[in-house]
Amino acid sequence: MGIEFIYPEFEVIRNDKRCIACRVCERQCANEVHSYDEDNKIMLSDETKCVNCQRCVALCPTRALKIIKSDCQLRENANWQDDTIKEIYKQANSGGVLLSSMGNPKPMPVYWDKILINASQVTNPSIDPLREPMETKVFLGKKPSQVEKDENGQIICQLEPQLELSMPVMFSAMSYGSISYNAHKSLATAARHLGVLYNTGEGGLHEDFYCYGENTIVQVASGRFGVHKDYLEAGAAIEIKMGQGAKPGIGGHLPGTKIVGDVSRTRMIPEGSDAISPAPHHDIYSIEDLRQLVYSLKEATGYKKPIIVKVAAVHNIAAIASGIARSGADIIAIDGFRGGTGAAPTRIRDNVGIPIELALASVDKRLRDEGIRNNVSIVVGGSIRNAADIVKAIALGADACYIATAALLALGCHLCRTCQSGRCNWGIATQRPELVKRLNPEIGCERLVNLMNAWRHEIKELMGGMGINSIEALRGNRLMLRGIGLTDKELEILGISHAGE
Amino acid sequence: MNHIEGQVRIPSGCAIAAVISKDGNKMTGEKIIESMKPMHDRSNGLGGGFAAYGIYPEYREFYALHMFFNDRASRKNCEGVLKEYFEIVKSEIIPTRKIPSITDEPIIWRYFVAPLRSMLVNLQLDEKEYVTRSVMKINTEMPGAYVFSSGKNMGTFKAVGFPEDVGVFYKLEEYEAYSWTAHGRYPTNTPGWWGGAHPFTLLDYSIVHNGEISSYDANRRFIEMFGYKCTLQTDTEVITYIMDYLLRVQKLSLDEAASVIAAPFWSTIAAKTDISEKEKLKYLRTVFPSLLITGPFSIVLGFNGGLMALNDRLKLRSMVVGEKDDKVFIASEEAAIRMMEPDAENIVSPAGGEAVIVKVKDGAY
Amino acid sequence: MKRVYVNEAWCLGCHLCEYNCAFANSGLSDMVKALKGKKLFPRISVDGKDKISFAVSCRHCNDPLCVKCCISGALHTDNGRVCIDKTKCVGCLSCIMACPYGALSVSENGTAQKCELCLENTCGEPACVKGCPNRAIVYEER
Repeated sequence: MGIEFIYPEFEVIRNDKRCIACRVCERQCANEVHSYDEDNKIMLSDETKCVNCQRCVALCPTRALKIIKSDCQLRENANWQDDTIKEIYKQANSGGVLLSSMGNPKPMPVYWDKILINASQVTNPSIDPLREPMETKVFLGKKPSQVEKDENGQIICQLEPQLELSMPVMFSAMSYGSISYNAHKSLATAARHLGVLYNTGEGGLHEDFYCYGENTIVQVASGRFGVHKDYLEAGAAIEIKMGQGAKPGIGGHLPGTKIVGDVSRTRMIPEGSDAISPAPHHDIYSIEDLRQLVYSLKEATGYKKPIIVKVAAVHNIAAIASGIARSGADIIAIDGFRGGTGAAPTRIRDNVGIPIELALASVDKRLRDEGIRNNVSIVVGGSIRNAADIVKAIALGADACYIATAALLALGCHLCRTCQSGRCNWGIATQRPELVKRLNPEIGCERLVNLMNAWRHEIKELMGGMGINSIEALRGNRLMLRGIGLTDKELEILGISHAGE
Repeated sequence: MNHIEGQVRIPSGCAIAAVISKDGNKMTGEKIIESMKPMHDRSNGLGGGFAAYGIYPEYREFYALHMFFNDRASRKNCEGVLKEYFEIVKSEIIPTRKIPSITDEPIIWRYFVAPLRSMLVNLQLDEKEYVTRSVMKINTEMPGAYVFSSGKNMGTFKAVGFPEDVGVFYKLEEYEAYSWTAHGRYPTNTPGWWGGAHPFTLLDYSIVHNGEISSYDANRRFIEMFGYKCTLQTDTEVITYIMDYLLRVQKLSLDEAASVIAAPFWSTIAAKTDISEKEKLKYLRTVFPSLLITGPFSIVLGFNGGLMALNDRLKLRSMVVGEKDDKVFIASEEAAIRMMEPDAENIVSPAGGEAVIVKVKDGAY
Repeated sequence: MKRVYVNEAWCLGCHLCEYNCAFANSGLSDMVKALKGKKLFPRISVDGKDKISFAVSCRHCNDPLCVKCCISGALHTDNGRVCIDKTKCVGCLSCIMACPYGALSVSENGTAQKCELCLENTCGEPACVKGCPNRAIVYEER
């Protein structure tokens, strides 16, 4: 205590008039905030341990609990804000790099919220999705530059491998290890139900989930954890992970405490050993090396699966994407700087990379300017929060979106941002069996399917309003977007006009 | 500030009509002008035009460039450039008659040209691609000059005004064609530029279009990857380029092109029993998703030797087809067909996405 | 017949089912009023050890031993459901001895009590099932 002391960030407010001392809160808190005082027959709380995950709040049967932000504040200072000062205290204590989880929480611009969508009035009709067909199916993959015909003039219907999605959304990479078996099972079964894909992340594919192969993207990242021939064969597509929006330029680190049992076997590393993915792929120091890996993976899988190259949105993203589009890759996935993570150094998460909206707009434009947009499909992620974000992303030029944080929220995540602790009370970012079982994958799957169906309805409503009855007519249709409160430069990069223009 | 055409996107509603003789019999422009009269209210006087096929038999081997010039200087300037690319075998003013309803006309000229062989060899381009690029270059880079027709043995005639007046202005009764298309425009904006009237053409492809497509920017941004420049920001322009790309560059058949731009719904494709047809439709939608046109449209595509009429897949714009003897008539309204042929038979309203293709007998054009 | 089934794989051991059961059978509309400061007499109980837990309640056996051994005729079946007529129960608790599953218990006033699938109270469907946060208790036809 003393100089090391930091007053707890949250306060547990218990309404004693309502509390029936059922002790559900106590049993549900893996952080051991709550306890029962047998002598006085009341519940006690130790706020120093609370991460505000809201599990106790959600399960309290009498609504006797709430968690609020502590009002014990340092003297106000616009420059030296509370968080800034406390981070210094923490580092002065530990000498370590600060770690955080999930996406960048800083008040950075969210361009989605500064873009408005068009609707038809008078000159052409809006379309009612309840009465007319409204199509959301997309195919991801390389498109041929020239249609080939046989000697009888019939089209030769041969295509590079394509991914068929019932709607332009996929669940993005989250490894088994960083999230639980039940979280993975929820994602896999939901992807199957929905006719979309989920992504293994760099943790291998649990043997139980090989049966969901056609709805699975298997990832190959710099640590090559869990990669073997059957794994590559198992998926519908292979993703080479070059970077991640939450932590561009660095690798990954799954602590040994999470490398237990099946996680260890699936990753093909010993139990208890830290899984450290290098910052770069040590066989890719340049674009031509990427091409080699792309073709190695194609060769290994008989040219039957599209190869995705996932990169973080960084300053030079348009040039990087142009390089990737010429590397033989079929799909480029771009992850914006608000993307989530199971753990990342705080400084990197909060300061490195660029917003996905700007990255997408400049990549789509560059690929079109160079006439190579057809070489690749573009998938974007990094905080796609709702159906409107998806519609805006598609209209800016994306073929599909990756979502992860939204999917975890559907599974119960309350964004407490302490995944790195491994004590996820919602059974998502943990490997502790008693916590993992809190996520019933049957419920998880249903909730993911519900969320996606709800978004699909909303996408259709928005499209119908614009008089568009197929998602492909929305892709790159920037005339359907207008900026609000954006500078000329921002509008220029986004390739849209200002509202009122 | 008033934007001129090309600086701003202009949606418009319209009237269209067309007639073709399957035997290649020639018709003067009078009937097609008549057909536009009952559809007067579908235009608002801000654009009318016609395309005629088979009108220059004596110059059938040469590209007929119809051009607008703002002034004499831009014409001289442009002619200089033309001579660098083409051999000009004939150049003349397009004859017009002064009428009170058509004013502010630019200088309207036509050239019959042949690409310079040496240039073709140098650039390793086929003739049509060469002409296309030259037209794009003039239209984007030469202020005050605009090519509005560039096919062989065909031509378009357009102006700001009501279509029936435009026909009189251009003396269309003096031209004989085996196929005519016509257009009356109702833009929801008032740029009043002659080049913005329809038909819109590239090489011998001409489009008259009624509708406002919601897929415009998706289509435009895709097609511009292949050297086309959508300078006018109109639907008709982008549809013309799409048809040129699909038919000439990708060598698709008319039916195939129709199932790209008015693609059948996935559910329709899934229900097809003919496996090869199903495979083909799926292939076309997968390969050309960005060329699907959504929103209301009815178009008539003219080309040497035929016409194709097509509605959007939901049939959000009216379009009827009728026949009489060797002739096929197409129009926004049946009344227009009756003006051309009171006894027209087999009047049908084609389903959304169902292409009506009419071709002139081989050797008859 | 629809019965309450338990899947221990998803049981969190949170004991919410017990509280929901007691509340549903309290006849009151507010849980705080019904349960605060009171001893709980639920008709379902969570059992278990270490990391395994599961809820136990009446299985509504096809051939219920409790009914057979009831000396007063209080326990009876009603369309497959095992019910208790508390006015007839003399509190001998033979049924508790007879039930191989430990599904019966003693109520506040000394008579036997058991799960009647919440069909006798205002809940209308088993409250334990409705309130289970992880679908570890289900009410279904099997």
